[in-house]
Amino acid sequence: MGKFSERAIEALIKISASISIVGLLMIFVFIGKEALPILTSAKIQQEAGPARLFLPQSPEPGEPKEFSWQPVSELPKYSLLPLFLGTLKVTFVALLFAIPLALGAALFTAEFAPDRLKEIIKPAIELLAGIPSVVLGFFALMVMADFLQKIFGFTYRLNTVNAGIALGLAVIPIIYTVADDALTAVPRSYREASIAMGATAWETAARIVFPAALPGILAACVLGFGRAIGETMIVLMSSGNAAIVSLALNLPLRSLSATIAAELGEVVTGSAHYHLLFFIGTGLFIFTFVLNLFAHWFVKKLQKKVLGI
Amino acid sequence: MVGKIFVTLSGLCCLIIVAIVIVILGNVAWHGWSTLSPRFFLTAPTHGMTSGGIFPAIFGTFFLVLLMTLAVMPLGIMTALYLHEYAPKKSLIVSWVRLAIQNLAGVPAIVYGLFGLGFFIEFVGRGIDRFFFQDQLTFGQPAIIWAALTLALLTLPTVVVATEEALRAIPFSHREVAYSLGATRLQMVRRVVLPQAVGGILTGAILAISRGAGEVAPILFTGAAYYLPYLPKKLNDQFMELGYHIYVMATQSPDVDQTKPILYATVFVLLTLTFALNFTAIWVRSKIRRRLRMTK
Amino acid sequence: MENNTGLTVRDLCVHANGTVILESISLEINVGEILGIIGPAGSGKTTFLRTLNRLVDLDEGLIVTGQVLMHGQSVLGKNVDVVDIRRRVGLVFSVPTPLPLSIYDNLAFGPRLNGISGSKELTARMEQSLRASYLWEEVKDRLKESAANLSGGQQQRLCLARTLMLEPEILLLDEPCSGLDPISTAKIEEALKELKKTMAIVLVTNNVKQASRVADKTAFFLLGQLVEYAPTQDLFTNPKDKRTEDYITGRFG
Repeated sequence: MGKFSERAIEALIKISASISIVGLLMIFVFIGKEALPILTSAKIQQEAGPARLFLPQSPEPGEPKEFSWQPVSELPKYSLLPLFLGTLKVTFVALLFAIPLALGAALFTAEFAPDRLKEIIKPAIELLAGIPSVVLGFFALMVMADFLQKIFGFTYRLNTVNAGIALGLAVIPIIYTVADDALTAVPRSYREASIAMGATAWETAARIVFPAALPGILAACVLGFGRAIGETMIVLMSSGNAAIVSLALNLPLRSLSATIAAELGEVVTGSAHYHLLFFIGTGLFIFTFVLNLFAHWFVKKLQKKVLGI
Repeated sequence: MVGKIFVTLSGLCCLIIVAIVIVILGNVAWHGWSTLSPRFFLTAPTHGMTSGGIFPAIFGTFFLVLLMTLAVMPLGIMTALYLHEYAPKKSLIVSWVRLAIQNLAGVPAIVYGLFGLGFFIEFVGRGIDRFFFQDQLTFGQPAIIWAALTLALLTLPTVVVATEEALRAIPFSHREVAYSLGATRLQMVRRVVLPQAVGGILTGAILAISRGAGEVAPILFTGAAYYLPYLPKKLNDQFMELGYHIYVMATQSPDVDQTKPILYATVFVLLTLTFALNFTAIWVRSKIRRRLRMTK
Repeated sequence: MENNTGLTVRDLCVHANGTVILESISLEINVGEILGIIGPAGSGKTTFLRTLNRLVDLDEGLIVTGQVLMHGQSVLGKNVDVVDIRRRVGLVFSVPTPLPLSIYDNLAFGPRLNGISGSKELTARMEQSLRASYLWEEVKDRLKESAANLSGGQQQRLCLARTLMLEPEILLLDEPCSGLDPISTAKIEEALKELKKTMAIVLVTNNVKQASRVADKTAFFLLGQLVEYAPTQDLFTNPKDKRTEDYITGRFG
């Protein structure tokens, strides 16, 4: 093993490490490259320029303006608003379902549960994390949709609530794990001081531990949010895939990522529709990237405030 | 009194989650179990997916994951080695690499699929066709190699994190001893660090494999197909895959009732696969932790 | 003139971020002698040792200036073969640090790094090193067992033997007997008295009595300075500096 091979392997290791940076950059470059025509090509913009994406358009001259996503039709319509709305709606339902459950469960296993119970609950939640999203989508489509329809009497089997709960299931393990880590990381001394002053387990948890763990808990929620926004298969399979503009939760929806998944297969390479799908993808990438950076910065800032690090 | 209510409520949260998990698993097992048979595992689908088996999907999944693992493991291990053993302590590049890994972990799976299409297929694949195949369409189309490489990038953070965890667990004194006996850094890594990190690296591999076997969005446009009359043998072949099969069968089957048994059985197989992998990873991890506790 | 000087240290300074860890240390370490280094915690004794075998390179942010010469060749500096230095200058740490391997593999580790892997040569060296460390009788029948099965004192003697496997010219020991039982301590001290015949030894110890038992010359370090350096008997019976006298008599520790 001469000096040369030592240097060569060290170079190889350095190159490998840089691939992660290069990979991230390349993702941005190569999907951005296909998205660019939306912003730069006049020809593409005639069909799907930013104005058409965000402002209401009249489908025929003289008709009232509307927001409509109908890429496959004689006069393709490319408004992104139904898709944005759909994404936000389903994410909202998912977080509404997931955050209380995940935080409640984390609080229970971190503060109140005896060790024996912890050993059953934690693996069970990790089991949930191990269920691929296609299976959750399958379950929502085949079983949960009927069940929810029976309970709530929905007109449409596949709707926002169905997709939202399934999405929530996917997101629970992440929120739970990060929140649980945050709670258990709170130093024992805090709890002991509180109990020594006569507080109950609940009071200690609510007044001392939870606030101290707040940065991590918020990070957990943000991570859950980021995951929910980007999740594709579940929403694709269980939301009904209808691009409508409505806040109603009993109606189907279409999310941004599901749109890409549903339509990229049939799109003509180089068409406005094609570039638009990449445009949406780039938007998702930038959004989750910024969200990630923000979450880290925010957590660091809060940690300094709360724990004086 | 108020406290007790909230404690009960939080316990209820656990109960609800666990109950839902049991319902999902139970439902799949209940409907899928009866269709399982040796024939199911070993033969191809017939009659428009209403009978026969799912062997090609199982084979495709294995082949895909194998290629992915071959790509991601060396890359992930070397990246972790760089971060923990080779990089100067406070260098800027280290923080950038870490940031990149964190962000790669957060990129939506469908964006990976777009990347696979836009980079691997359109750019690399076309380039290969132009230089090596006189512009004939060989690699510039959906292929198992591109799907595997896309998944490799997706699972890279998993491997890096698991390997770094293993490296961190090795006390610095072991490294010092090696150095003080005249080891070069490479010798120290080869003879002291890597042998002790094997368990953590294995955990990372298993978790990556589990993830790779379950993700469907990245392979939608990079090579997965619903029905192929052949098994993937060359790197530029398309392939059938368990997750993709479930998706298409569940959403695009002309006769839902007829395909339901096979669909459920396929889900059962995929779940069993991912669970078996996850449990193995957890078991390996706890064995490592137990051994560490003993030596301390 | 016969040159049996092991190491010559001239004006060695080590600092980090403006804090001085070692200030202008100058002394000589000769073959056939044991140099004992005493002084309270935080005096830079460990840093001094780590400079001599370039292990200080691993400590981030430390700046080393001055000269350390081994047979006239510089130990410090960018162009020096650090790996070679570390083989010729062995170091035993204050806490026993066996590698998670068998006794045999622990001992063979150093030679194997240098391409010496023939089992005959290895076993011959092992017997020699283990005998010199007063450990041979206790482990000769269980070389293939895990080193973790040994007691603390045995592990430390194993670490000594492991270092001796490379046949170093200089041997550095950093408080090797701290926390060990008296029998192991006695055995190590015996071993050092034999070993000094063929190498130069530097023994850092927080046990003043050990220095007076074992060392030929003694150096007193205090807060990074070399306060006094003299033949052991002179230092202990007639310390020239008041601080030395205070430390030796236990007025501070």
